[in-house]
Amino acid sequence: MRKEKDNIVKPYGDTWNDGKMQLSFTLPVSPDEKGKEAAKLLLKKMGFDDIYICGVRDLQEGFTHFIAYAVTTASVDLSKITVKTVDTEVMSLEETDEFIKANIGRKLTVIGACIESDAHTVGIDAIMNMKGYNHRYGLERYKYFNAINLGAQVPCEELLRRAKEENADAVLVSQVVTQKNIHIKNLTKLIELAEAEGLRNKMLFICGGPRITHELAIELGYDAGFGSGTYATDVASYIAVTLARKKENQ
Amino acid sequence: MLKLQLDKNLVTRARQAAKDIAASFDWLFNGYSSVTIERTVLRLMGITGAVKDGTPLPNLVVDDLKKKGVLGKGAAWWLGNACTALKLSPQETAEAVAKGECDLTKIPVQPVKKVLRFLDHNCDQMLELIKKQAEFRNNQFVKFGPRRRPAIYVIVATGNIYEDVVQAKAAAREGADIIAVIRSTAQSLLDYVPEGATTVGFGGTFATQENFRIMRKALDEVSNEIGRYISLTNYASGLCMPEIAAMGAMERLDLMLNDAMYGILFRDINPKRTLLDQYFSRMINAFAEIEIQTGEDNYLTTSDAVEKAYTVTASQLINEQFALLSGVRPEKMGLGHAFEIDPDLENGFLYELAHALLTKELFPHAPVKYMPPTKFSSGNIFKTHLMDGMFNFAGQLTGQGVQLLGMMTEAIHTPHLADRSLAIENAQYIFNNIKDLGQELSLSPDGFINQRANQVLKEATLFLERVAQEGLFSALAKGEFADIKRSENSGKGLDGVFSREADYLNPFLDKLKTALAVN
Repeated sequence: MRKEKDNIVKPYGDTWNDGKMQLSFTLPVSPDEKGKEAAKLLLKKMGFDDIYICGVRDLQEGFTHFIAYAVTTASVDLSKITVKTVDTEVMSLEETDEFIKANIGRKLTVIGACIESDAHTVGIDAIMNMKGYNHRYGLERYKYFNAINLGAQVPCEELLRRAKEENADAVLVSQVVTQKNIHIKNLTKLIELAEAEGLRNKMLFICGGPRITHELAIELGYDAGFGSGTYATDVASYIAVTLARKKENQ
Repeated sequence: MLKLQLDKNLVTRARQAAKDIAASFDWLFNGYSSVTIERTVLRLMGITGAVKDGTPLPNLVVDDLKKKGVLGKGAAWWLGNACTALKLSPQETAEAVAKGECDLTKIPVQPVKKVLRFLDHNCDQMLELIKKQAEFRNNQFVKFGPRRRPAIYVIVATGNIYEDVVQAKAAAREGADIIAVIRSTAQSLLDYVPEGATTVGFGGTFATQENFRIMRKALDEVSNEIGRYISLTNYASGLCMPEIAAMGAMERLDLMLNDAMYGILFRDINPKRTLLDQYFSRMINAFAEIEIQTGEDNYLTTSDAVEKAYTVTASQLINEQFALLSGVRPEKMGLGHAFEIDPDLENGFLYELAHALLTKELFPHAPVKYMPPTKFSSGNIFKTHLMDGMFNFAGQLTGQGVQLLGMMTEAIHTPHLADRSLAIENAQYIFNNIKDLGQELSLSPDGFINQRANQVLKEATLFLERVAQEGLFSALAKGEFADIKRSENSGKGLDGVFSREADYLNPFLDKLKTALAVN
């Protein structure tokens, strides 16, 4: 069993530190003994021991799918890990409205969009639209947010123009499509344009999407980033608290 | 047998309201045209290819005519006149225009009879080719046997057409019946169709005529090897609906996404532009005997699938009526719906069954297209795989026409080879395992499923009657559909809509109307 000060961890199958992992991958090999050996060798090279190829599926056209269990020799030291995360406390809809009323005293304008080529509004809709997602109402439902969702495929220039026009407090950008790292390209373009137009420090820039982390967002020059599992409450609380802090420091 | 007891009076009322809605656009269908319709005419006349900067020749010619303010007569007239005078083919004429060697508006006007004779001949050649493609498809189904029901539909979306081919062939060998090549994410808003084979795309592969040809050829090869005709589908949607429909007809695509209102609501394309374009594009689909598929699933990914279930039914009925106006036969109407109810909802599966049966029974001849769970798919691939299993169960049990398989990695990436294979295995297992279960079961007449189906039908009927009364454009402007407000005079592509002059000519439209017996 785990000891109090045990910071070195390994995967857990059914026994402490057994290092068991479940793996699934495809190789351009035939589904025979030779192919199976190739799969084993690959795992061996990755540092796995006790390799058991338990599933072999012919994927046709010269490909084979392998399912395997193996024991890793690697471990991690928990005491050496630091991660950047959004650390504001998450409040409910009513609490956030109350907080904004008390600390900022006016409605906050948030403009959101899926920028450039991205047509997938599921993320931005979940955060901004009245309905929200999974029983958490979106920003439109908040009394103290003026939420403007521009929808899909909005050019960066258009988003910034509207943000300026509306005198926005925060810009929310969603990027769902990530093939060939198109999301990085789009997010970089937006922030560079915002800087060029002198808007970068006038409002919060927040990005979100399944492949977005807070760390990546900071690296790209955003104020915050939200990944999958984010609800409107997370984003709303972050905006309210951060803007209140900014106001205090002015 | 699993069968609903629907209120027949409501069915009649709902259908009548949808019919009234669709019938109110005579003024648009007979008085206007759009730049993409004119480009389609040129493509059907045989004009293809692009100039150096990538501008397709049909765009170049139509833009030139538009700039000169003479597009109201129809591009066919100007091309027909030039071809008659210069004794050149449409392709040679378009190339001459591109080189700046020919101004279509400066060519002496030829006798109308001669121009019409040229166009008539030119038109018939293309329609003959399209007919041959349809005959070939029909023969293949006779030779290899009909498509299974529900058909197994999977997507490929690598961005590279050659990579797509490998994955499509693998899927076909594993049991897929229909291959969809998902388009690159920005393509629906391009007001032109890119040219040539493409190897880079985002979230999908560009729809080009050459890509269609490459994939069709690969699937024909694999069809012959495995003794099953593998169908190909793509998207006649966005700003180039009819052009892509024409390419699909020429290259023998078998199904095409073609929704009457999707572009308006979910891509902010101008309502007039969309309705016009779908009208002509669906005629091309109908003539080519291509099965159209509609996008009702989108209503449920943006709204709650229980609360807004009636919008799916309403949209299906509207899509049906617009399709009829374009001569699409009911057996070719792949009306859509989706399995998108929150998996945490108690008895959620009963709601899904009610909705699936409602669609099936409202459109008994339609090869209904059933879409998989996506909204509540998460990074937990194991849970998603199970949800896809429940979806497959519902599809087989209720006898849907086309099952668009869900992927366990739905929320993560475009499907990997193994993801697709596992999805096909999932479907085949369930389809086979419960093959005739639907024949053995019946529903209690006043049970939940019957009540729920009738409730959705009632909500749809009242909604359609309200829309019929106030007009579709006014309802769209008020946000009655999908809570999205779209006004008649805004949205993308409006500047490409123009009113026809009295002597407007579109020989394909006239011939298709005759062939399809629509007016």
